[in-house]
Amino acid sequence: MDDFVLRALAAGLGAALAAGPLGSFIVWGRMAYFGEALAHSALLGVALGLAIGLDPTWPVILVAGLVALMLAWLQGSRDLATDTLLGIVAQASLALGLVVLAFLKTVRVDLLAYLFGDVLAVTPSDVAFIWIGAAVALASLWRIWRPMLSLTVHEDLARVEGVDVPKIRVAFMLLIALVVAIAMKIVGLLPITALLIIPAATARCFSRNPEQMAVLAAALGCVAVAAGLWGSFVWDTPSGPSMVVASVAGFVLSRIGTGVRLARPS
Amino acid sequence: MSGETEKYPPLLTAQDINVHFGPRSVLAHVSLTVHRGEIVSLIGPNGAGKTTLVRVVLGLLAPDRGRVIRNPELRIGYMPQSLAVDDILPITAARFLALSGVTDRSKITRALDLVGAARVEKSQLRNLSGGELRRVVLARAILRDPDLLVLDEPVQGVDVVGQSEFYDLITGLRDRIGCGILMVSHDLHVVMATTDKVVCINHHVCCTGHPETVSRHPEYLALFGPYAAQRLALYTHGHDHRHDESGEVVPLAGADTHGHRHG
Repeated sequence: MDDFVLRALAAGLGAALAAGPLGSFIVWGRMAYFGEALAHSALLGVALGLAIGLDPTWPVILVAGLVALMLAWLQGSRDLATDTLLGIVAQASLALGLVVLAFLKTVRVDLLAYLFGDVLAVTPSDVAFIWIGAAVALASLWRIWRPMLSLTVHEDLARVEGVDVPKIRVAFMLLIALVVAIAMKIVGLLPITALLIIPAATARCFSRNPEQMAVLAAALGCVAVAAGLWGSFVWDTPSGPSMVVASVAGFVLSRIGTGVRLARPS
Repeated sequence: MSGETEKYPPLLTAQDINVHFGPRSVLAHVSLTVHRGEIVSLIGPNGAGKTTLVRVVLGLLAPDRGRVIRNPELRIGYMPQSLAVDDILPITAARFLALSGVTDRSKITRALDLVGAARVEKSQLRNLSGGELRRVVLARAILRDPDLLVLDEPVQGVDVVGQSEFYDLITGLRDRIGCGILMVSHDLHVVMATTDKVVCINHHVCCTGHPETVSRHPEYLALFGPYAAQRLALYTHGHDHRHDESGEVVPLAGADTHGHRHG
């Protein structure tokens, strides 16, 4: 196998491992649109990075992190529904990113590679960054696991029991920003939310506790990444959407399987 | 009970609490004390500010004016009004209790046993009935050996027959744990037997005292007269409806205006 194939696979697996458990929280806390907003905001990071001639990874972490903090702060205001707010932020940062890119006449940008992932774009240092980033994300999530789960179930109850809700929430949002940055190259910005939520949703019907669901989501994400990459090489399709298709196929199969199991009289 | 306990300093005192949401005054000059071993019921119509007061007492909401005095060491057990766990989150009753930070399995088992929910320890939360879920939430509230239990509408979702049993359970817990209890309720007559002191609020404190005194207080009657009658009618009606299902028809007293509710 070619080196770049292995690099793409390593990058995808690293991203999927971190995305599974974090995605489970997104599913539990009904935050899918939040993940979407952060992923969209990453394009602005890409554009700014290119404008100042940097590898976009760090600008993406910076912009997504700032957007996460801004969202955490704005959620305190009561006059706008959260989904409206997220819609504004997502659209604004996506549009700003595209406008900034349009100004960069001297830089030839393969926009589709950023939006939908590019298996050829992954360098060895990217792979290292992805695995370190994934390890940091998972270790941090492990540390805030119990309070984050508690506030996901009932925020006021968690606060009465001593959970520092704003702190945990911001930490979680920053972890999502980190995952967006590590998944960007191989998955692409637009399909990131799918990699976060679809494996978690698939894992639900096979799980009896939160940890099972998180681990299973990570495993299912890895399978989807591998299958998607394989399809991407065979049919020359963009890597991100191919992974999403593989992931959705798994989801549909699991639903049919559960339906059959439920329908069968026991 | 409260006569003896009032010799000791109160567990918690709320003094002259004022809360505004925008221009709207939700609580004005509300004061409240809870002693150890005492059950204080907070009653009032929907939208009277009961839950807001509870959130102030718990420290979840800062009042615009007034203060809450409590020992910083005070351990509070809280049972929120509505706690529904989405189907998407797989979690057993025991694990739900462990989310409190108390992970000692024997403590969890004992707490579930105390509220009569030992049977559902390993059940998925989403498979529990309304009454079972309320018991599990109550178990989490008592898990950390609280000095004060704050129960917001504890019997919400419990069927009518189970409600008085649930109040008995709460009284039993007070005797057993020796904590003070602040409890939010809709209606006085249901909590009457359980309560040492009633605080009736409708944005301000209408009246306060022993349940019998409050039930005869002019302000209580002005506020709850028609409302209480309606609740009583619904109560009776709801009870009656169960009989309906088993084929037995019991005539209703004073519920004629609500007959349409069950078609």
